[in-house]
Amino acid sequence: MASDSSVILLGERAEVKPRRKDQRPSARVGRFALVTITLATFVFLYAPIIILVIFSFNDARSGATWQGFTLEWYQRMFSNPRILDAAWRSLVIAVLSTIGAVAIGTLLALAMERYRFRGQGIWDALFYMPVIIPEIVAGISLLLFFAATGIERGLFTLVVSHVAFSMPFVFLTVRARLADFDLTVEEAAQDLGANEWTTFWRVTVPLLMPGIISGALLAFTLSIDDFVISFFVNGKGWTTLPIYIWTSIKRGITPEINAISAVLLLFSIVLVIVSQLIQRREK
Amino acid sequence: MIQQIRERKSLQILGLMFPGAFWLIVFFAIPLLWVLVISFLSRDDLGFPAQPFTLDNYGTLVRDIKFNPSITFDGGLEIRLFDGLYLDLLWRSLWISFVTTIITLLIAFPVALFMARLPKRWRTIMLFLVMIPFWTNFLVRTYALLFMFRGNGPINVVLNGLGVPPLDILFTPTAVTIGLVYGNLPFMILPLYTSLEKFDWTMLEAASDLGANTFRSFFRVMLPLVGPGLLAGSILTFVPAVGSYITVELMGGGKINMIGRSIAAQFSDAANWPFGSAMSMVLMVIVTIAAVLYFRAGRGERAAV
Repeated sequence: MASDSSVILLGERAEVKPRRKDQRPSARVGRFALVTITLATFVFLYAPIIILVIFSFNDARSGATWQGFTLEWYQRMFSNPRILDAAWRSLVIAVLSTIGAVAIGTLLALAMERYRFRGQGIWDALFYMPVIIPEIVAGISLLLFFAATGIERGLFTLVVSHVAFSMPFVFLTVRARLADFDLTVEEAAQDLGANEWTTFWRVTVPLLMPGIISGALLAFTLSIDDFVISFFVNGKGWTTLPIYIWTSIKRGITPEINAISAVLLLFSIVLVIVSQLIQRREK
Repeated sequence: MIQQIRERKSLQILGLMFPGAFWLIVFFAIPLLWVLVISFLSRDDLGFPAQPFTLDNYGTLVRDIKFNPSITFDGGLEIRLFDGLYLDLLWRSLWISFVTTIITLLIAFPVALFMARLPKRWRTIMLFLVMIPFWTNFLVRTYALLFMFRGNGPINVVLNGLGVPPLDILFTPTAVTIGLVYGNLPFMILPLYTSLEKFDWTMLEAASDLGANTFRSFFRVMLPLVGPGLLAGSILTFVPAVGSYITVELMGGGKINMIGRSIAAQFSDAANWPFGSAMSMVLMVIVTIAAVLYFRAGRGERAAV
Protein backbone atom coordinates (compact mmCIF):
# COMPACT_ATOMS: atom_id res chain seq x y z
CA MET A 1 0.00 0.00 0.00
CA ALA A 2 2.73 2.42 1.01
CA SER A 3 4.73 1.96 -2.18
CA ASP A 4 1.64 2.21 -4.43
CA SER A 5 0.55 5.40 -2.79
CA SER A 6 3.93 7.02 -3.01
CA VAL A 7 3.80 6.60 -6.78
CA ILE A 8 0.34 8.10 -6.78
CA LEU A 9 1.64 10.99 -4.70
CA LEU A 10 3.58 12.36 -7.64
CA GLY A 11 0.15 13.15 -9.03
CA GLU A 12 -0.45 15.67 -11.73
CA ARG A 13 3.15 16.56 -12.43
CA ALA A 14 3.69 13.11 -13.82
CA GLU A 15 1.16 13.80 -16.54
CA VAL A 16 3.14 16.77 -17.79
CA LYS A 17 6.71 15.57 -17.56
CA PRO A 18 8.25 12.13 -17.37
CA ARG A 19 8.28 10.93 -13.78
CA ARG A 20 11.07 12.17 -11.63
CA LYS A 21 10.59 10.48 -8.34
CA ASP A 22 12.29 12.22 -5.48
CA GLN A 23 14.48 9.48 -4.03
CA ARG A 24 16.06 11.43 -1.19
CA PRO A 25 15.48 9.63 2.14
CA SER A 26 13.75 12.68 3.59
CA ALA A 27 11.20 12.74 0.75
CA ARG A 28 10.49 9.04 1.18
CA VAL A 29 9.97 9.47 4.92
CA GLY A 30 7.63 12.38 4.17
CA ARG A 31 5.54 10.32 1.77
CA PHE A 32 5.40 7.45 4.21
CA ALA A 33 4.27 9.80 6.97
CA LEU A 34 1.49 11.25 4.80
CA VAL A 35 0.15 7.82 3.91
CA THR A 36 0.27 6.68 7.54
CA ILE A 37 -1.47 9.77 8.90
CA THR A 38 -4.18 9.57 6.23
CA LEU A 39 -4.85 5.90 6.89
CA ALA A 40 -4.92 6.45 10.65
CA THR A 41 -7.33 9.36 10.24
CA PHE A 42 -9.77 7.33 8.19
CA VAL A 43 -9.59 4.50 10.71
CA PHE A 44 -10.31 7.04 13.47
CA LEU A 45 -13.25 8.47 11.50
CA TYR A 46 -14.79 5.16 10.54
CA ALA A 47 -13.97 2.66 13.30
CA PRO A 48 -16.56 4.00 15.79
CA ILE A 49 -19.31 4.09 13.15
CA ILE A 50 -18.53 0.60 11.81
CA ILE A 51 -18.29 -0.90 15.29
CA LEU A 52 -21.59 0.70 16.21
CA VAL A 53 -23.25 -0.89 13.17
CA ILE A 54 -21.70 -4.29 13.98
CA PHE A 55 -22.95 -4.14 17.56
CA SER A 56 -26.46 -3.27 16.40
CA PHE A 57 -26.58 -6.96 15.34
CA ASN A 58 -25.13 -8.24 18.62
CA ASP A 59 -27.28 -10.62 20.61
CA ALA A 60 -26.59 -9.01 23.99
CA ARG A 61 -28.45 -6.47 26.05
CA SER A 62 -25.24 -4.69 27.03
CA GLY A 63 -21.48 -5.11 26.93
CA ALA A 64 -19.14 -5.17 23.99
CA THR A 65 -18.42 -8.85 23.59
CA TRP A 66 -19.88 -10.59 20.58
CA GLN A 67 -22.72 -12.93 21.59
CA GLY A 68 -24.00 -13.90 18.17
CA PHE A 69 -26.04 -12.40 15.35
CA THR A 70 -29.55 -11.09 15.87
CA LEU A 71 -32.07 -8.83 14.20
CA GLU A 72 -33.95 -8.39 17.44
CA TRP A 73 -32.99 -4.73 17.92
CA TYR A 74 -34.20 -3.84 14.47
CA GLN A 75 -37.45 -5.71 15.05
CA ARG A 76 -37.92 -3.87 18.34
CA MET A 77 -37.14 -0.56 16.72
CA PHE A 78 -39.65 -1.07 13.93
CA SER A 79 -42.33 -2.15 16.38
CA ASN A 80 -41.76 0.64 18.89
CA PRO A 81 -44.48 3.25 18.26
CA ARG A 82 -42.50 5.95 20.10
CA ILE A 83 -39.57 5.56 17.72
CA LEU A 84 -41.79 5.38 14.64
CA ASP A 85 -43.77 8.43 15.73
CA ALA A 86 -40.60 10.40 16.43
CA ALA A 87 -39.21 9.43 13.02
CA TRP A 88 -42.46 10.42 11.35
CA ARG A 89 -42.44 13.81 13.11
CA SER A 90 -38.82 14.43 12.10
CA LEU A 91 -39.72 13.60 8.52
CA VAL A 92 -42.75 15.92 8.45
CA ILE A 93 -40.71 18.77 9.95
CA ALA A 94 -37.85 18.17 7.52
CA VAL A 95 -40.11 18.11 4.44
CA LEU A 96 -42.04 21.23 5.45
CA SER A 97 -38.97 23.21 6.46
CA THR A 98 -37.07 22.15 3.32
CA ILE A 99 -39.90 23.43 1.12
CA GLY A 100 -39.90 26.74 3.00
CA ALA A 101 -36.13 27.09 3.05
CA VAL A 102 -35.78 26.31 -0.67
CA ALA A 103 -38.48 28.74 -1.76
CA ILE A 104 -37.30 31.63 0.41
CA GLY A 105 -33.57 30.93 -0.01
CA THR A 106 -33.80 30.79 -3.82
CA LEU A 107 -35.63 34.11 -4.01
CA LEU A 108 -33.04 35.69 -1.73
CA ALA A 109 -30.20 34.34 -3.85
CA LEU A 110 -31.79 35.89 -6.95
CA ALA A 111 -32.21 39.25 -5.22
CA MET A 112 -28.68 39.34 -3.84
CA GLU A 113 -26.88 38.07 -6.94
CA ARG A 114 -28.91 39.74 -9.71
CA TYR A 115 -29.33 43.21 -8.26
CA ARG A 116 -27.11 45.83 -6.72
CA PHE A 117 -28.71 48.07 -4.14
CA ARG A 118 -27.89 50.17 -1.12
CA GLY A 119 -27.35 48.40 2.20
CA GLN A 120 -26.69 45.08 0.50
CA GLY A 121 -23.66 44.39 2.68
CA ILE A 122 -25.73 44.56 5.85
CA TRP A 123 -28.30 42.14 4.43
CA ASP A 124 -25.47 39.87 3.39
CA ALA A 125 -24.22 39.80 6.98
CA LEU A 126 -27.73 39.06 8.29
CA PHE A 127 -28.20 36.18 5.85
CA TYR A 128 -24.83 34.73 6.68
CA MET A 129 -25.07 34.99 10.48
CA PRO A 130 -27.26 31.93 11.13
CA VAL A 131 -24.48 29.82 9.57
CA ILE A 132 -21.94 30.75 12.23
CA ILE A 133 -24.03 31.45 15.32
CA PRO A 134 -23.68 28.69 17.96
CA GLU A 135 -26.70 26.40 17.88
CA ILE A 136 -27.17 26.77 21.62
CA VAL A 137 -27.59 30.54 21.29
CA ALA A 138 -30.00 30.13 18.37
CA GLY A 139 -31.98 27.61 20.43
CA ILE A 140 -32.32 29.69 23.59
CA SER A 141 -33.03 32.90 21.64
CA LEU A 142 -35.97 31.22 19.90
CA LEU A 143 -37.16 29.76 23.20
CA LEU A 144 -37.10 33.23 24.78
CA PHE A 145 -38.84 34.71 21.76
CA PHE A 146 -41.63 32.13 21.67
CA ALA A 147 -42.07 32.42 25.43
CA ALA A 148 -42.30 36.21 25.25
CA THR A 149 -44.77 36.24 22.36
CA GLY A 150 -46.88 33.46 23.85
CA ILE A 151 -46.61 31.29 20.73
CA GLU A 152 -47.32 27.72 21.73
CA ARG A 153 -44.40 25.39 21.08
CA GLY A 154 -45.03 22.54 18.68
CA LEU A 155 -45.00 21.81 14.95
CA PHE A 156 -45.21 25.49 14.03
CA THR A 157 -42.27 26.63 16.15
CA LEU A 158 -40.16 23.67 15.03
CA VAL A 159 -40.75 24.27 11.31
CA VAL A 160 -40.30 28.04 11.60
CA SER A 161 -37.00 27.61 13.47
CA HIS A 162 -35.70 24.97 11.08
CA VAL A 163 -36.44 27.23 8.11
CA ALA A 164 -34.58 30.09 9.82
CA PHE A 165 -31.34 28.19 10.28
CA SER A 166 -31.34 26.04 7.12
CA MET A 167 -32.47 28.70 4.63
CA PRO A 168 -29.11 30.55 4.66
CA PHE A 169 -27.44 27.33 3.49
CA VAL A 170 -29.86 27.11 0.54
CA PHE A 171 -29.22 30.79 -0.14
CA LEU A 172 -25.43 30.28 -0.25
CA THR A 173 -25.65 27.15 -2.42
CA VAL A 174 -28.04 28.64 -4.98
CA ARG A 175 -26.14 31.91 -5.01
CA ALA A 176 -22.90 30.08 -5.83
CA ARG A 177 -24.70 28.45 -8.77
CA LEU A 178 -26.11 31.81 -9.89
CA ALA A 179 -22.67 33.39 -9.79
CA ASP A 180 -21.47 31.29 -12.73
CA PHE A 181 -24.73 31.58 -14.60
CA ASP A 182 -24.66 32.61 -18.25
CA LEU A 183 -27.00 35.60 -18.49
CA THR A 184 -27.01 35.52 -22.29
CA VAL A 185 -29.22 32.40 -22.26
CA GLU A 186 -31.99 34.40 -20.66
CA GLU A 187 -31.51 37.22 -23.13
CA ALA A 188 -31.67 34.74 -25.98
CA ALA A 189 -34.97 33.37 -24.66
CA GLN A 190 -36.43 36.86 -24.47
CA ASP A 191 -35.15 37.72 -27.95
CA LEU A 192 -37.00 34.66 -29.18
CA GLY A 193 -40.18 36.10 -27.75
CA ALA A 194 -40.48 34.54 -24.30
CA ASN A 195 -41.85 36.85 -21.67
CA GLU A 196 -40.17 37.25 -18.27
CA TRP A 197 -42.41 34.71 -16.55
CA THR A 198 -41.80 32.03 -19.19
CA THR A 199 -38.07 32.81 -19.20
CA PHE A 200 -37.91 32.42 -15.44
CA TRP A 201 -39.71 29.06 -15.30
CA ARG A 202 -38.42 27.55 -18.55
CA VAL A 203 -34.83 28.83 -18.57
CA THR A 204 -33.66 30.20 -15.22
CA VAL A 205 -35.16 27.58 -12.90
CA PRO A 206 -34.00 24.51 -14.90
CA LEU A 207 -30.48 25.93 -15.06
CA LEU A 208 -30.51 26.63 -11.34
CA MET A 209 -31.90 23.17 -10.55
CA PRO A 210 -28.62 21.48 -9.49
CA GLY A 211 -27.98 24.31 -7.02
CA ILE A 212 -31.56 24.16 -5.75
CA ILE A 213 -31.41 20.38 -5.30
CA SER A 214 -28.06 20.54 -3.46
CA GLY A 215 -29.47 23.26 -1.24
CA ALA A 216 -32.62 21.23 -0.60
CA LEU A 217 -30.62 18.12 0.35
CA LEU A 218 -28.53 20.20 2.73
CA ALA A 219 -31.60 21.82 4.30
CA PHE A 220 -33.27 18.43 4.66
CA THR A 221 -30.21 16.90 6.35
CA LEU A 222 -29.77 19.87 8.67
CA SER A 223 -33.40 19.66 9.71
CA ILE A 224 -33.60 15.92 10.24
CA ASP A 225 -30.28 15.87 12.15
CA ASP A 226 -30.95 18.88 14.32
CA PHE A 227 -31.00 18.24 18.02
CA VAL A 228 -29.93 21.39 19.89
CA ILE A 229 -32.38 23.92 18.42
CA SER A 230 -35.30 21.45 18.35
CA PHE A 231 -34.60 20.59 21.97
CA PHE A 232 -35.40 24.17 22.97
CA VAL A 233 -38.32 24.89 20.63
CA ASN A 234 -40.21 21.58 20.71
CA GLY A 235 -43.40 21.36 22.71
CA LYS A 236 -45.22 18.52 24.41
CA GLY A 237 -45.86 15.64 22.04
CA TRP A 238 -43.32 16.89 19.52
CA THR A 239 -40.35 14.68 20.33
CA THR A 240 -38.25 14.36 17.17
CA LEU A 241 -36.00 11.40 16.43
CA PRO A 242 -32.75 13.11 17.57
CA ILE A 243 -34.47 14.19 20.79
CA TYR A 244 -35.66 10.61 21.31
CA ILE A 245 -32.11 9.32 20.75
CA TRP A 246 -30.74 11.91 23.17
CA THR A 247 -33.14 11.03 25.99
CA SER A 248 -32.46 7.31 25.42
CA ILE A 249 -28.69 7.79 25.61
CA LYS A 250 -29.09 9.78 28.82
CA ARG A 251 -31.16 6.95 30.28
CA GLY A 252 -28.52 4.37 29.37
CA ILE A 253 -26.93 2.87 26.30
CA THR A 254 -29.06 0.15 24.66
CA PRO A 255 -28.65 -1.86 21.46
CA GLU A 256 -31.83 -0.22 20.14
CA ILE A 257 -29.99 3.11 19.90
CA ASN A 258 -27.32 1.33 17.87
CA ALA A 259 -30.00 0.07 15.48
CA ILE A 260 -31.55 3.54 15.06
CA SER A 261 -28.07 4.99 14.50
CA ALA A 262 -27.30 2.37 11.86
CA VAL A 263 -30.49 3.21 9.97
CA LEU A 264 -29.72 6.95 10.14
CA LEU A 265 -26.20 6.25 8.91
CA LEU A 266 -27.51 4.32 5.92
CA PHE A 267 -29.82 7.24 5.22
CA SER A 268 -26.87 9.70 5.22
CA ILE A 269 -24.86 7.50 2.87
CA VAL A 270 -27.78 7.44 0.41
CA LEU A 271 -28.02 11.24 0.63
CA VAL A 272 -24.29 11.68 -0.06
CA ILE A 273 -24.52 9.37 -3.07
CA VAL A 274 -27.52 11.28 -4.42
CA SER A 275 -25.83 14.66 -3.98
CA GLN A 276 -22.62 13.41 -5.59
CA LEU A 277 -24.56 12.01 -8.56
CA ILE A 278 -26.28 15.35 -9.04
CA GLN A 279 -22.96 17.17 -8.97
CA ARG A 280 -21.47 14.73 -11.42
CA ARG A 281 -24.37 15.13 -13.85
CA GLU A 282 -23.92 18.87 -13.58
CA LYS A 283 -20.43 18.57 -15.00
CA MET B 1 -39.87 55.73 -18.84
CA ILE B 2 -36.62 55.47 -16.88
CA GLN B 3 -38.57 56.32 -13.77
CA GLN B 4 -40.90 53.40 -14.48
CA ILE B 5 -38.07 50.95 -15.04
CA ARG B 6 -36.47 52.06 -11.82
CA GLU B 7 -39.68 51.60 -9.87
CA ARG B 8 -40.16 48.20 -11.40
CA LYS B 9 -36.65 47.18 -10.42
CA SER B 10 -37.13 48.16 -6.80
CA LEU B 11 -40.45 46.31 -6.76
CA GLN B 12 -38.71 43.19 -8.03
CA ILE B 13 -35.98 43.47 -5.40
CA LEU B 14 -38.60 44.00 -2.71
CA GLY B 15 -40.59 40.97 -3.85
CA LEU B 16 -37.56 38.69 -3.92
CA MET B 17 -36.10 39.95 -0.64
CA PHE B 18 -39.25 40.24 1.44
CA PRO B 19 -39.88 36.61 2.53
CA GLY B 20 -36.26 35.94 3.47
CA ALA B 21 -35.63 39.30 5.08
CA PHE B 22 -38.88 39.07 7.04
CA TRP B 23 -38.15 35.53 8.18
CA LEU B 24 -34.63 36.23 9.40
CA ILE B 25 -35.56 39.51 11.06
CA VAL B 26 -38.50 37.98 12.93
CA PHE B 27 -37.08 34.53 13.72
CA PHE B 28 -33.41 35.32 14.01
CA ALA B 29 -32.48 38.97 14.59
CA ILE B 30 -35.31 39.91 16.96
CA PRO B 31 -34.88 36.79 19.15
CA LEU B 32 -31.17 37.57 19.37
CA LEU B 33 -31.82 41.18 20.37
CA TRP B 34 -34.36 39.85 22.84
CA VAL B 35 -31.60 37.77 24.47
CA LEU B 36 -29.58 40.96 24.82
CA VAL B 37 -32.50 42.69 26.55
CA ILE B 38 -33.16 39.74 28.87
CA SER B 39 -29.48 39.67 29.83
CA PHE B 40 -30.02 43.01 31.60
CA LEU B 41 -33.06 41.82 33.56
CA SER B 42 -33.30 40.29 37.03
CA ARG B 43 -34.65 36.83 37.75
CA ASP B 44 -37.86 36.05 39.60
CA ASP B 45 -38.31 33.18 42.07
CA LEU B 46 -38.73 30.63 39.30
CA GLY B 47 -35.72 31.85 37.31
CA PHE B 48 -37.73 33.72 34.68
CA PRO B 49 -36.86 37.29 33.64
CA ALA B 50 -38.34 40.10 35.71
CA GLN B 51 -37.89 43.84 36.30
CA PRO B 52 -35.81 45.83 37.26
CA PHE B 53 -32.99 46.24 34.79
CA THR B 54 -29.60 45.36 36.23
CA LEU B 55 -25.95 44.76 35.35
CA ASP B 56 -25.72 41.95 37.91
CA ASN B 57 -25.68 39.14 35.36
CA TYR B 58 -22.53 40.48 33.80
CA GLY B 59 -21.22 41.34 37.27
CA THR B 60 -21.51 37.69 38.32
CA LEU B 61 -19.46 36.67 35.30
CA VAL B 62 -16.47 38.79 36.32
CA ARG B 63 -16.77 38.32 40.10
CA ASP B 64 -13.89 36.94 42.19
CA ILE B 65 -11.25 37.21 39.52
CA LYS B 66 -7.74 36.86 40.98
CA PHE B 67 -4.36 36.74 39.32
CA ASN B 68 -3.16 33.20 39.95
CA PRO B 69 -1.08 31.58 37.22
CA SER B 70 -1.22 27.79 37.22
CA ILE B 71 -0.61 24.76 35.09
CA THR B 72 -2.68 21.73 36.00
CA PHE B 73 -2.97 18.27 34.55
CA ASP B 74 -6.20 16.63 35.54
CA GLY B 75 -7.34 14.43 32.70
CA GLY B 76 -6.05 17.09 30.31
CA LEU B 77 -3.55 19.92 30.34
CA GLU B 78 -4.82 23.31 31.48
CA ILE B 79 -2.86 26.54 31.66
CA ARG B 80 -4.39 29.44 33.57
CA LEU B 81 -3.40 32.99 34.44
CA PHE B 82 -6.44 34.12 36.39
CA ASP B 83 -8.83 32.50 38.82
CA GLY B 84 -12.57 33.09 38.95
CA LEU B 85 -15.63 30.87 38.84
CA TYR B 86 -17.00 31.92 35.46
CA LEU B 87 -13.70 33.07 34.07
CA ASP B 88 -12.49 29.49 34.54
CA LEU B 89 -15.50 28.23 32.63
CA LEU B 90 -14.89 30.63 29.78
CA TRP B 91 -11.18 29.98 29.78
CA ARG B 92 -11.68 26.20 29.73
CA SER B 93 -14.07 26.57 26.77
CA LEU B 94 -11.56 28.66 24.86
CA TRP B 95 -8.61 26.46 25.83
CA ILE B 96 -10.26 23.14 24.90
CA SER B 97 -11.48 24.67 21.62
CA PHE B 98 -8.02 26.02 20.89
CA VAL B 99 -6.36 22.65 21.54
CA THR B 100 -9.09 20.97 19.45
CA THR B 101 -8.47 23.34 16.55
CA ILE B 102 -4.70 22.80 16.62
CA ILE B 103 -5.00 19.00 16.78
CA THR B 104 -7.66 18.95 14.06
CA LEU B 105 -5.46 21.16 11.87
CA LEU B 106 -2.41 18.96 12.45
CA ILE B 107 -4.38 15.87 11.44
CA ALA B 108 -6.40 17.42 8.61
CA PHE B 109 -3.55 19.19 6.82
CA PRO B 110 -1.54 16.08 5.91
CA VAL B 111 -4.76 14.26 4.97
CA ALA B 112 -5.89 17.10 2.70
CA LEU B 113 -2.38 17.34 1.24
CA PHE B 114 -2.35 13.62 0.51
CA MET B 115 -5.83 13.74 -1.03
CA ALA B 116 -5.07 16.75 -3.21
CA ARG B 117 -2.12 14.99 -4.84
CA LEU B 118 -3.93 11.77 -5.67
CA PRO B 119 -5.03 11.01 -9.24
CA LYS B 120 -8.55 12.15 -10.04
CA ARG B 121 -10.27 8.78 -9.57
CA TRP B 122 -8.83 8.24 -6.11
CA ARG B 123 -9.51 11.82 -5.14
CA THR B 124 -13.23 11.32 -5.84
CA ILE B 125 -13.33 8.19 -3.69
CA MET B 126 -11.49 9.85 -0.79
CA LEU B 127 -13.70 12.93 -1.03
CA PHE B 128 -16.71 10.66 -0.83
CA LEU B 129 -15.26 9.06 2.31
CA VAL B 130 -14.91 12.49 3.93
CA MET B 131 -18.42 13.53 2.85
CA ILE B 132 -20.15 10.62 4.63
CA PRO B 133 -19.19 11.68 8.17
CA PHE B 134 -19.78 15.29 7.07
CA TRP B 135 -23.43 14.47 6.35
CA THR B 136 -23.98 11.97 9.16
CA ASN B 137 -25.95 13.00 12.21
CA PHE B 138 -23.54 14.67 14.66
CA LEU B 139 -25.34 13.20 17.66
CA VAL B 140 -25.07 9.68 16.23
CA ARG B 141 -21.36 10.11 15.52
CA THR B 142 -20.64 11.40 19.03
CA TYR B 143 -22.67 8.53 20.45
CA ALA B 144 -20.58 6.08 18.38
CA LEU B 145 -17.44 7.52 19.94
CA LEU B 146 -18.93 7.33 23.43
CA PHE B 147 -19.84 3.70 22.73
CA MET B 148 -16.20 2.96 21.81
CA PHE B 149 -14.66 4.54 24.89
CA ARG B 150 -17.05 3.53 27.66
CA GLY B 151 -15.95 1.30 30.54
CA ASN B 152 -17.05 -1.99 28.99
CA GLY B 153 -16.83 -0.72 25.41
CA PRO B 154 -14.95 -2.32 22.49
CA ILE B 155 -11.64 -0.58 23.23
CA ASN B 156 -11.53 -1.86 26.78
CA VAL B 157 -12.67 -5.34 25.75
CA VAL B 158 -9.68 -5.49 23.38
CA LEU B 159 -7.29 -4.02 25.97
CA ASN B 160 -8.60 -6.50 28.52
CA GLY B 161 -8.00 -9.36 26.12
CA LEU B 162 -4.41 -8.20 25.68
CA GLY B 163 -3.95 -8.01 29.43
CA VAL B 164 -3.48 -4.24 29.33
CA PRO B 165 -5.12 -2.09 32.05
CA PRO B 166 -8.37 -0.46 30.86
CA LEU B 167 -8.45 3.00 29.32
CA ASP B 168 -10.42 5.28 31.59
CA ILE B 169 -10.54 8.63 29.85
CA LEU B 170 -14.28 9.14 29.49
CA PHE B 171 -15.67 12.22 31.27
CA THR B 172 -12.32 14.09 31.24
CA PRO B 173 -11.23 17.17 29.26
CA THR B 174 -9.23 14.80 27.05
CA ALA B 175 -12.39 12.86 26.18
CA VAL B 176 -14.19 16.10 25.30
CA THR B 177 -11.24 17.15 23.12
CA ILE B 178 -11.21 13.78 21.33
CA GLY B 179 -14.96 14.13 20.78
CA LEU B 180 -14.59 17.63 19.34
CA VAL B 181 -11.71 16.61 17.06
CA TYR B 182 -13.73 13.62 15.88
CA GLY B 183 -16.82 15.70 15.24
CA ASN B 184 -15.07 18.53 13.43
CA LEU B 185 -12.45 16.72 11.34
CA PRO B 186 -14.56 16.61 8.14
CA PHE B 187 -15.27 20.34 8.49
CA MET B 188 -11.52 21.00 8.56
CA ILE B 189 -10.47 18.54 5.85
CA LEU B 190 -12.91 19.86 3.23
CA PRO B 191 -11.90 23.57 3.13
CA LEU B 192 -8.22 22.62 3.36
CA TYR B 193 -8.63 20.17 0.52
CA THR B 194 -10.45 22.77 -1.58
CA SER B 195 -7.60 25.26 -1.27
CA LEU B 196 -4.84 22.65 -1.66
CA GLU B 197 -6.49 21.23 -4.76
CA LYS B 198 -6.19 24.62 -6.43
CA PHE B 199 -2.56 24.98 -5.37
CA ASP B 200 -0.08 25.02 -8.23
CA TRP B 201 2.63 22.56 -7.26
CA THR B 202 5.08 23.86 -9.83
CA MET B 203 5.40 26.94 -7.61
CA LEU B 204 7.21 24.81 -5.04
CA GLU B 205 9.57 23.55 -7.71
CA ALA B 206 10.20 27.09 -8.86
CA ALA B 207 11.02 28.04 -5.27
CA SER B 208 13.39 25.14 -4.92
CA ASP B 209 15.02 25.89 -8.29
CA LEU B 210 15.60 29.41 -7.03
CA GLY B 211 17.41 27.96 -4.03
CA ALA B 212 14.78 27.87 -1.28
CA ASN B 213 14.89 24.89 1.05
CA THR B 214 11.78 22.83 1.89
CA PHE B 215 11.14 24.74 5.09
CA ARG B 216 11.46 28.12 3.42
CA SER B 217 9.35 27.27 0.40
CA PHE B 218 6.61 25.90 2.66
CA PHE B 219 6.43 29.06 4.74
CA ARG B 220 7.04 31.60 2.00
CA VAL B 221 5.21 30.03 -0.93
CA MET B 222 2.68 27.47 0.19
CA LEU B 223 1.39 28.97 3.43
CA PRO B 224 0.45 32.38 1.97
CA LEU B 225 -1.49 30.64 -0.81
CA VAL B 226 -3.33 28.04 1.26
CA GLY B 227 -3.59 30.37 4.28
CA PRO B 228 -7.21 31.40 3.67
CA GLY B 229 -8.33 27.76 3.55
CA LEU B 230 -6.34 27.07 6.68
CA LEU B 231 -7.97 29.94 8.55
CA ALA B 232 -11.44 29.10 7.22
CA GLY B 233 -11.09 25.50 8.43
CA SER B 234 -9.74 26.61 11.80
CA ILE B 235 -12.60 29.00 12.41
CA LEU B 236 -15.17 26.47 11.21
CA THR B 237 -13.75 24.15 13.88
CA PHE B 238 -13.15 26.67 16.66
CA VAL B 239 -16.56 28.36 16.58
CA PRO B 240 -18.73 25.22 16.95
CA ALA B 241 -16.26 23.87 19.53
CA VAL B 242 -16.57 26.88 21.86
CA GLY B 243 -20.35 26.67 21.95
CA SER B 244 -20.61 22.89 21.79
CA TYR B 245 -23.25 21.19 23.86
CA ILE B 246 -23.73 17.62 22.61
CA THR B 247 -20.04 16.65 22.79
CA VAL B 248 -19.48 18.24 26.21
CA GLU B 249 -22.57 16.61 27.65
CA LEU B 250 -21.88 13.13 26.25
CA MET B 251 -18.07 12.88 26.39
CA GLY B 252 -17.83 14.99 29.56
CA GLY B 253 -20.67 13.08 31.22
CA GLY B 254 -21.73 16.08 33.32
CA LYS B 255 -18.29 16.30 34.91
CA ILE B 256 -16.77 18.75 32.45
CA ASN B 257 -18.41 22.10 31.95
CA MET B 258 -18.01 24.46 29.05
CA ILE B 259 -19.94 27.63 28.23
CA GLY B 260 -22.45 25.99 25.86
CA ARG B 261 -23.46 23.39 28.42
CA SER B 262 -23.57 26.02 31.12
CA ILE B 263 -25.96 28.16 29.05
CA ALA B 264 -28.23 25.17 28.48
CA ALA B 265 -28.26 24.47 32.22
CA GLN B 266 -29.54 28.00 32.94
CA PHE B 267 -32.58 27.21 30.80
CA SER B 268 -33.37 23.85 32.33
CA ASP B 269 -32.65 22.70 35.87
CA ALA B 270 -30.78 25.66 37.39
CA ALA B 271 -33.19 28.04 35.63
CA ASN B 272 -31.83 31.55 35.49
CA TRP B 273 -32.84 32.88 32.10
CA PRO B 274 -31.28 36.35 32.46
CA PHE B 275 -27.93 34.92 33.53
CA GLY B 276 -28.03 32.34 30.70
CA SER B 277 -28.74 35.22 28.32
CA ALA B 278 -25.72 37.15 29.59
CA MET B 279 -23.51 34.10 29.00
CA SER B 280 -24.96 33.73 25.50
CA MET B 281 -23.97 37.30 24.78
CA VAL B 282 -20.38 36.61 25.87
CA LEU B 283 -20.35 33.60 23.53
CA MET B 284 -21.73 35.78 20.73
CA VAL B 285 -18.89 38.27 21.20
CA ILE B 286 -16.31 35.46 20.82
CA VAL B 287 -18.06 34.11 17.73
CA THR B 288 -18.32 37.58 16.19
CA ILE B 289 -14.59 38.18 16.60
CA ALA B 290 -13.91 34.83 14.93
CA ALA B 291 -16.37 35.64 12.13
CA VAL B 292 -14.72 38.96 11.41
CA LEU B 293 -11.35 37.20 11.16
CA TYR B 294 -12.95 34.68 8.83
CA PHE B 295 -14.27 37.33 6.45
CA ARG B 296 -10.99 39.19 6.50
CA ALA B 297 -9.20 36.00 5.51
CA GLY B 298 -10.99 36.08 2.22
CA ARG B 299 -14.45 35.03 1.26
CA GLY B 300 -15.26 32.08 -0.90
CA GLU B 301 -12.98 29.58 0.81
CA ARG B 302 -16.01 27.81 2.19
CA ALA B 303 -16.19 24.07 1.86
CA ALA B 304 -17.94 22.72 -1.19
CA VAL B 305 -20.98 21.27 0.53
